[in-house]
Amino acid sequence: MENSTVRSESYCTFRVDDLLFGIEVQQVQEVIRSQPTTRVPLSRSEVHGLMNLRGQIVSALSLRQRLGLEPPAADRPSMNVVIRSPDGPISLLVDEIGDVVEVDQDRFEPPPETLQGDQREFTRGAFKLDDKLLLILNTERVVHVAA
Amino acid sequence: MEGFDEVITEFLVESYESLDQLDSDLLALEDAPEDRDRLASIFRTVHTIKGTSGFLALPKLERVAHVGENLLVPLRDGDLRLNSDIADGLLGMVDAIRDILGHVEGSGAEGDKDYAELVEKLQALLEEGKFGNDKDASSENAPAAAAEQPADTDTTVEPAAQPEPEEAPVDAPEPVTQAPTPVATPKAEVPADSGSESNERSHSVTDSTVRIDVELLDRLMNLVGELVLSRNQILQFCGETEDATMIAASQRLNLITTELQEGVMKTRMQPIRKAWSKLPRVVRDLSATCGKKVEVRMEGEDTELDKTILEAIKDPLTHIVRNSVDHGIEPPETRTANGKRDEGILFLRAFHEGGQVNIEIADDGGGVNTERVREKAIENGIVSAEQAATMNERELTSLILLPGFSTAAAVTNVSGRGVGMDVVKTNIERIGGTLDIQSTPGKGTTLRIKIPLTLAIVPALIVKTDSDQYAIPQVNLLELVRLEGSRAQEEIEFIHNVPVYRLRENLLPLVYLDEQLGLVPTRQRHDERHSVNIVVLQAEDRQFGLVVDAITDTQEIVVKPPGPHIKNIPAYAGTTIMGDGTVALILDVIGIAQKSGVLTEHRDRSLVDKDAAENSRSGDSESLLIVESDDGLRSAIRLSTVSRLETFATGQVEQSGHSSVVQYRGEILPLLQLGGGCSSYGEDEDLHTVVYTAGDRSFGVVVGKIVDIVHEPASDAEGNLLSRTVIQERVTEFVDLSEVVARAVPDFDPQWSAA
Repeated sequence: MENSTVRSESYCTFRVDDLLFGIEVQQVQEVIRSQPTTRVPLSRSEVHGLMNLRGQIVSALSLRQRLGLEPPAADRPSMNVVIRSPDGPISLLVDEIGDVVEVDQDRFEPPPETLQGDQREFTRGAFKLDDKLLLILNTERVVHVAA
Repeated sequence: MEGFDEVITEFLVESYESLDQLDSDLLALEDAPEDRDRLASIFRTVHTIKGTSGFLALPKLERVAHVGENLLVPLRDGDLRLNSDIADGLLGMVDAIRDILGHVEGSGAEGDKDYAELVEKLQALLEEGKFGNDKDASSENAPAAAAEQPADTDTTVEPAAQPEPEEAPVDAPEPVTQAPTPVATPKAEVPADSGSESNERSHSVTDSTVRIDVELLDRLMNLVGELVLSRNQILQFCGETEDATMIAASQRLNLITTELQEGVMKTRMQPIRKAWSKLPRVVRDLSATCGKKVEVRMEGEDTELDKTILEAIKDPLTHIVRNSVDHGIEPPETRTANGKRDEGILFLRAFHEGGQVNIEIADDGGGVNTERVREKAIENGIVSAEQAATMNERELTSLILLPGFSTAAAVTNVSGRGVGMDVVKTNIERIGGTLDIQSTPGKGTTLRIKIPLTLAIVPALIVKTDSDQYAIPQVNLLELVRLEGSRAQEEIEFIHNVPVYRLRENLLPLVYLDEQLGLVPTRQRHDERHSVNIVVLQAEDRQFGLVVDAITDTQEIVVKPPGPHIKNIPAYAGTTIMGDGTVALILDVIGIAQKSGVLTEHRDRSLVDKDAAENSRSGDSESLLIVESDDGLRSAIRLSTVSRLETFATGQVEQSGHSSVVQYRGEILPLLQLGGGCSSYGEDEDLHTVVYTAGDRSFGVVVGKIVDIVHEPASDAEGNLLSRTVIQERVTEFVDLSEVVARAVPDFDPQWSAA
């Protein structure tokens, strides 16, 4: 990682279940409302479907399923956070979009040792906000598919 | 010079790209030194640069890359851990490579800078890694490395002067095709005027052509794709309007779009010669280095394929060819000793088949030594000894496509680091292709690449299942069958639980799309819906019927490669956007055939066997009834000689004189044993009987059990009847029922039997 002098960085925040997550704004291509998707039979459960993003086909991953949380209530529309990845844009389905927040790097801490498994792999660390922890997603890992 | 410049320019462009990647990869590695994938990728990049620089006679570059690669080997294998010293060294190497490339780009030579210090440092790092902190070893090695350096400098002027005469035959279009030795002895073969010819050609070519960035072409292609979709929508809409002007305008739009689409497609199609033209040179240099004689033959160089695909297979092809020369073809002495011509043959063949391009690279060398493969695979920990013991030849051969595998006893400068084949496989699979390897000990090895013709626009049938739309490429489509109402109940028959449909006397296995996609549980027999739509498809040499809920339409679809999350699912070939903007999955017919068992490993193999004989034989395969006796021997009976199959209970058997008979259709049917004789039958047994009729007499030939009906050639290339063959991996004896009868009933007059 870069030298951590007291710099601040902007994060696009969103909510999944009762957790607050953040992704560096540079990695986020756009945030859009729930889109019609085409399901992909035989795929892993977290692949919610494929959507047409202005002529480009984008996989929508359910972040809830990816994180091993309960599937969302059926009547609740998800929001799409479209992030840039080496394989093109990928959409993460989240419950609710938050603000873009700017946080000082010195409030960052790596994940505690007791956090294990997938959750640890997917979490770069947390920012200690005044009222809450902002978990920073390791997007590379989240969108990575096991071969 | 034109050709050589092109090679150099391409090399420079590719190398600069990969160097940028190297920088970031190395930096990322410092954070995660255990990232094997990244290490392997770095290793491959350096390996490629080293290899290419060797061919382009850039000795300094080759040397720098070579020591770098040496250092990367233990890193990749996990014997050495990346620390900041090593990272510094490797980054230094990247800088040095970039530096040399800069010189090459500017002046065509490598520049005068001596990289001995860097080479020494990298050597030292390697020694340190190997022998702990044994500095003696490293300092001993260093002078040697430095001493070699000045000698290399002499050759730096070579690249500019050397290649011109060699490139001429490669560039000239005709001589490559059938010239028996296009390159192994190039100077003698070059026609005197070919130099000037190619000069003229290159002039006219430069005047009438423009170089276009592939990215621009890709963008055009995408735009045309979008245009095709919009046109489809407009045409749909115009079907409902009465406005004559609107209809005329839409028809014009239709025509222009089609032409534009064809035009843009053409800009991207190039003959495979583009990728092949450099290979004779590679072979020539390589065979000289290995002390081998190799002749290159080519067939089908005009086979066209999409530019992106062509680019993507260039490197894999080079790797395969290098491997064939290095490992495949034996040295001249060995060849002569084995009664072969001392000059090996490398045969490149390309052809279109079923919307795909097939490329074969065959050598007539020693084949893959499966015993060595087995040992090596166990030694390298790729498979366990128990696994290896149960593997068949074909499986063993495929092992050489795995990463980290190399059977070459010595690591040569050419190949033998086990990098080649895994790069080849990865790159080919990345563009949706497959790589298959076949080897016959002592006869040679054939690698077969199958790749899609283009990733662009294909006609497709749109079907619906479980309310989702799917596209099936029309290249696989044979016909559509719809069974209305009760016909569905009556005409779909079952062999145990497997549904089949009689399509003009042939049994067509039925595969339910929704079952294959896991959308519904497997149906029980006779659980039919009201009417059934069957899409009859061709998968390699098999046909099967895919049952779908509805058949909607045929459409030109723009194929978009499957994204990372679905490309590992063999049932899909890609994705597309429909006229209404929704996304649909494109089904991979071969993938579904394999998933459902229509295509299996041994059928696959019989296909290969057939391929081999296909030149001398034209579709004289026959339906054969495969039966198995109680002691497991398999026999094949020509189905055309069989009247009926019956099952009798042992209780029905009566004795008449010395023979067993049953009453059958108001007649007395003598029972014969397939093996001859009239042995007695057990108590409660079902006798599976093949009824054979000759003239007005019928005989029942009792067989152990009935296994299958297959289509196989019953005669060899010369038309002689075979006595035994291998079917479904089992040795199977051909049985002529008339002979069985003649043996058992000597007084039976064989002239009655139908010829």
